[in-house]
Amino acid sequence: MDTTIKKVLILGSGALKIGEAGEFDYSGSQALKALREEGIETVLINPNIATVQTSEGVADKIYFLPITPYFVEEVIKKEKPQGVLLAFGGQTALNCGVELYRNGIFEKYNLKVLGTPVQSIIDTEDRELFVRKLDQISVKTIKSHAVENIEDARRGASDLGYPVILRAAYALGGLGSGFCDNETELNALAEKAFSYSHQVLVEKSLKGWKEIEYEVVRDCYDNCITVCNMENFDPLGIHTGESIVVAPSQTLTNSEYHLLRELSIKIVRHIGVIGECNVQYAFDPESEDYRVIEVNARLSRSSALASKATGYPLAFVAAKLGLGYGLFDLKNSVTKTTTAFFEPALDYIVCKIPRWDLSKFQGVSREIGSSMKSVGEVMAIGRTFEEAIQKGLRMIGQGAHGFVANREISVDDIDKSLREPTDNRIFVISKAFKKGYTVDQIHDLTKIDKWFLDKLYNIFNTSKELLLLENKEQLSRDLLKKAKQQGFSDFQLARLIYKESIDIDDASALIRAYRKGLNILPVVKQIDTLAAEYPAQTNYLYLTYNGTHNDVKYLGDHKSIIVLGSGAYRIGSSVEFDWCSVNALNTIRERGWRGVMINYNPETVSTDYDMCDRLYFDELTYERVMDIYELENPHGVIVSVGGQIPNNLALKLDKAGVGLLGTSAKNIDNAEDRHKFSSMLDRLAIDQPRWKELTTLSEIYEFVDLVDYPVLVRPSYVLSGAAMNVCSNNSELEEFLKLATNVSKKHPVVVSEFIQNAKEIEIDAVADKGEIIAYAISEHIEFAGVHSGDATIQFPPQKLYIETGRRIKKIARKIAQELMISGPFNIQFLAKENDIKVIECNLRASRSFPFVSKVIKVNFIELATRVMIGEKVISPNKSAFDLDYVGIKASQFSFSRLQKADPVLGVDMASTGEVGCIGDDTNEALLKSMLSVGYRIPKRGILISSGDAKQKAELLSASKLLVEKGYKLYATGGSYRFLIDNNLPATKVFWPSESEMEPQAMKMLHSKEIDFVINIPKNLTQVELENGYKIRRSAIDLNIPLITNARLASAFINAFCTISIDQIQIKSWDEYRS
Amino acid sequence: MQQFKPATLYLEDGIEFKGFSFGYDQAADGEVVFSTAMVGYPESLTDPSYSGQILCVTYPLVGNYGVPEDTIVNKLSSFYESEKIHVRGLIISDYSVSYSHWNAAKSLDEWLKENKIPGIFGIDTRELTKILREKGAMLGKIVPEGKKHEIIEDPNLVNQVDVVSCKEIIKYGKGDKRVLLLDCGVKHNIIRCFVNRGVEVVRVPWDYDFTKEEYDGLFISNGPGNPDLCDIAVKNIKKAIEKDRPIFGICMGNQLLSKAGGANIFKMKYGHRSHNQPVRMVGTNRCFITSQNHGYAVDNNSLGKDWEPFFINMNDGSNEGIRHKSKPFFSCQFHPEASSGPTDTEFLFDDFIKLL
Repeated sequence: MDTTIKKVLILGSGALKIGEAGEFDYSGSQALKALREEGIETVLINPNIATVQTSEGVADKIYFLPITPYFVEEVIKKEKPQGVLLAFGGQTALNCGVELYRNGIFEKYNLKVLGTPVQSIIDTEDRELFVRKLDQISVKTIKSHAVENIEDARRGASDLGYPVILRAAYALGGLGSGFCDNETELNALAEKAFSYSHQVLVEKSLKGWKEIEYEVVRDCYDNCITVCNMENFDPLGIHTGESIVVAPSQTLTNSEYHLLRELSIKIVRHIGVIGECNVQYAFDPESEDYRVIEVNARLSRSSALASKATGYPLAFVAAKLGLGYGLFDLKNSVTKTTTAFFEPALDYIVCKIPRWDLSKFQGVSREIGSSMKSVGEVMAIGRTFEEAIQKGLRMIGQGAHGFVANREISVDDIDKSLREPTDNRIFVISKAFKKGYTVDQIHDLTKIDKWFLDKLYNIFNTSKELLLLENKEQLSRDLLKKAKQQGFSDFQLARLIYKESIDIDDASALIRAYRKGLNILPVVKQIDTLAAEYPAQTNYLYLTYNGTHNDVKYLGDHKSIIVLGSGAYRIGSSVEFDWCSVNALNTIRERGWRGVMINYNPETVSTDYDMCDRLYFDELTYERVMDIYELENPHGVIVSVGGQIPNNLALKLDKAGVGLLGTSAKNIDNAEDRHKFSSMLDRLAIDQPRWKELTTLSEIYEFVDLVDYPVLVRPSYVLSGAAMNVCSNNSELEEFLKLATNVSKKHPVVVSEFIQNAKEIEIDAVADKGEIIAYAISEHIEFAGVHSGDATIQFPPQKLYIETGRRIKKIARKIAQELMISGPFNIQFLAKENDIKVIECNLRASRSFPFVSKVIKVNFIELATRVMIGEKVISPNKSAFDLDYVGIKASQFSFSRLQKADPVLGVDMASTGEVGCIGDDTNEALLKSMLSVGYRIPKRGILISSGDAKQKAELLSASKLLVEKGYKLYATGGSYRFLIDNNLPATKVFWPSESEMEPQAMKMLHSKEIDFVINIPKNLTQVELENGYKIRRSAIDLNIPLITNARLASAFINAFCTISIDQIQIKSWDEYRS
Repeated sequence: MQQFKPATLYLEDGIEFKGFSFGYDQAADGEVVFSTAMVGYPESLTDPSYSGQILCVTYPLVGNYGVPEDTIVNKLSSFYESEKIHVRGLIISDYSVSYSHWNAAKSLDEWLKENKIPGIFGIDTRELTKILREKGAMLGKIVPEGKKHEIIEDPNLVNQVDVVSCKEIIKYGKGDKRVLLLDCGVKHNIIRCFVNRGVEVVRVPWDYDFTKEEYDGLFISNGPGNPDLCDIAVKNIKKAIEKDRPIFGICMGNQLLSKAGGANIFKMKYGHRSHNQPVRMVGTNRCFITSQNHGYAVDNNSLGKDWEPFFINMNDGSNEGIRHKSKPFFSCQFHPEASSGPTDTEFLFDDFIKLL
């Protein structure tokens, strides 16, 4: 080990975004743990305040700052570390590191890059260098033409022959890449790709080949192992992040497996990786021909998955190797006795399935392909493929119960849907089987290996057998056992057998009781890295029906507490709930209990087996939680730290006699059930926006007459498109209802009055038997109407009447008392003047818990957990009003990944992540957080389309500031007149619909004369929408910063006009004293 | 859908596992051992070192890619490790009835039937493995419903090497150098590794007195069972080490060379059978992942004064190879020829050939 290294800088990955999500919290946390074990001081830069790695005790110094060369250099200047780790913060950290290296910064400050040398990183990232490098050792790559303009791209494509694939170099997760079948498609895609990178690659498409990956580890002594290989269920052509993936590979023979393994080692040695690395192959399904697709010389999503799939902590080991250890120096962290120089032997199969949230976006294409759109993933573990995939399909949490027995989907053209994959192709396969398609036919259309399809067909066949039955008495032991071994849930069996003859919950209960009566029970198996060859005290567990014996013994001492985790990351639920889960586990263990975790998200820290006493990497369904509960016999279960999934289970678990810790299930339901909650507010004389649940259009009109437009419409059952919408007039209302839903008795619609220009305020709090012991009030920068998950949030509030704050506290107290809250909760309010209405209340931790906890430096989850355990907790004597600083949480959007989606914000959440930065005042904190989510301070021109009169007025003073600062303003029609009328110089530009007029907005965007776009949608008329959409979408596609909210735009402009970047203070978290 | 009839696995200590019969419909007995390799069932089943054994594969999904049609080209099998299946029976968890691979010609089930080898699936192979790990490898039998099988014979009491070794001399390949291969149950890939490197191989039976033969180097192959039953070979090897011609041994070859050098061999509790055994070259920082299949090991402390450990197992410290301190003799307990398994140590063939 290198003993000159005393202090190490590590770069995080910033906000979660599509292509770069929670996996880097996991890898960063592992690296920090590895360094701390060596007594090395750690400095972390990561503005993602909701992560576990940015928690007290994980890193020594934490900077909530943008991961850009400027800020990193400033931190280096101040902290003077001796080493830096670049491989643990995804592409963000890697790109930043490469730039710093090229600028000579590491050399200047005498900073040693630990692990893989930067030149090796560059060799893998630059396509041309990469191909040349692998040519040196005669390893085949996908030959591509690296081009720097569109003409060369066209030439390259006709040279290779269509179809071709375009990739932007240096872009994460396939950003700006795609397939082109002809020159027209190429022209369109190439322009976009060039906006991300100066270099674009044109490659021959190998659609239909298998896609195989190896995770490789190498130490500085040239010892090299492959920890795991993985096979994509979806053939090449679908980004690995968009594919269903299994580990280990299933269709490779010994010679194929080891051919690729040997190549991986050869490649990694030649490139000179020290640490961890991922090699991706395209593999011919008809021979042993292969191509190397790419090499990622850093920790990746795949490496996080591989760590969880094998129990081999890749990031932890990679960090140690970076310090100069040999693999032979390290121990297998599962067995604790055998060496870390080994390759895990699995005795199970894991199946990763991506989670998409495409219905949250308007206009987005649902086709999946070479660029990533999924927002999260799940990992299912089983001892048959059928078991693993059915588990996984339930885990993604989009209403599926497995491969079969789901709500019927409508597919217009099955052939097309099989050929051109969308996010629900797996269910199209299920439907195709029903329609009589054979495995061969489906294989021809999808190119999915028949092995996988045969297995799916087994599931389908079993479902057919079950459909012939009418009640449990007809269900034979053998068939029931087979079905359970193929991963059928009790619910699926109930639905297939009882159809709709009785209530599905009752039917499921019948099946469960019958099954238990026959003693058909799941067994618990360990993940031990060596397939039981050596004894291992591992606590990493899963359940399966393909076995007869449990691996673990149960003490039955009621000394454990089960924490239900958050499941797959999705829009609205991500790393913040992982932070909550981890902190709940920490508290449980500190207070002398055993912490038991149930979760199945491989991107999380809570599924690190070191975090708890027992980890069940398994489903968060009622059935599985009950299975585990009955085995564990715990002191109780915590459902309030993992977001909505565990919260939704509360009532059912309670009915089954499960001891829930914290607020009672009945009161959780009283807050969740709209009717119960509303009448409670009425009873307590707490104001709320008027609303009604309605079943006919005429009722809706009656209600609208009463409250007036705009109204917020929430259908209970959504066909397609957004789940809710604001409607301003009759035509919009009808349009939305027609598009989104069938209004009926069975599917009512909730219509609420929508209060405009109201402030939105939130309280996050912890109560003990109805008494609030800690709270944090925060305010949104945007007016109500922007989903709280998308809003920019300020804590402590800086522009709130004292009176408002007092009233909010009072209301929160009343609600806490009425619902006898014990544990975490969150209430959202609307405030106009001092008029306050309650809009939502959740009796669980909210998305903002880590943010407020870290800003005020009181761990709300620790308090809440202690309350739930039953301890008497003394209220921390700390007031947010005493803070000498302010925290701002800003949202990260991933619109650039979601082709064609309208990047406009509304009542439904669209952001994929967030950051939280601290500053001495609002301007500083806001600037830090906006820069952290990718905004840049404009240097040239600003295009303004400022919406309606109110919004225009809102932007006036900010526009003045811009002019004073010397910015050139461009504006469309009304906005232009408004600026001129207010004596502000501006240039008129024309809308896209006025395409023959000059200057034309679109042209100016393409020529980059405009480097900041403010586009406030005025109304929902077709022309307005189209014009605005084109500008917004182009801004996104051309990577030009865009803001669509007037209040946020003003605040941002104020911030960057008031202070400059070099005035931003480089202060670590602990320097902000409360 | 194919129907499978019930079958039972009986272990000598009285434990039973219920499963389903596949492959040949007949009972079989043998020493039950487990392997944690995740791929390579055609190679493993034809590995002569498994002679006398019933193999439990810990990876639960087996049969996925079927079995390739074998052809014998230049006296060598094109895909297998010998001319036939050597295991006595196969124990797995989930049998893949449908298989998918471009070079597959038949299913695992069909292949087992052709070779008259029974299999059993639906077994909790992890539990079985834990039992074997705790109690050591033990005897057992697979009995399909309706079949009888009373006695279980200990295959280690029989000289398994004699069962699988060739009965006459066979020559392979052409080249300037000639390697004399003492066949204790050689895997074809060992022969391929020599032939592909331009070496002529003369394969002789295990008990053949080769000491008068003309050769440039002696190779002692892998093989099944108890090395203490191979005294004839040890005696011949003793003569060879008095001379200076290079010697290379693999697996059983390591044990026989060690014995010839004076070392003791002991039976391990449950042996090493996997693709992920870590070994370290003694005195270096060089580590390798190796393929292994052995139930006996050389006692490191019993090596004669002229010998030293060459490789050591990084998990349990057991011997993984020896070398002579002054003469060109070395051997390894693992399988550098792989097949199945990782190919990290194939360089040992080059090292040996350089010495010739």
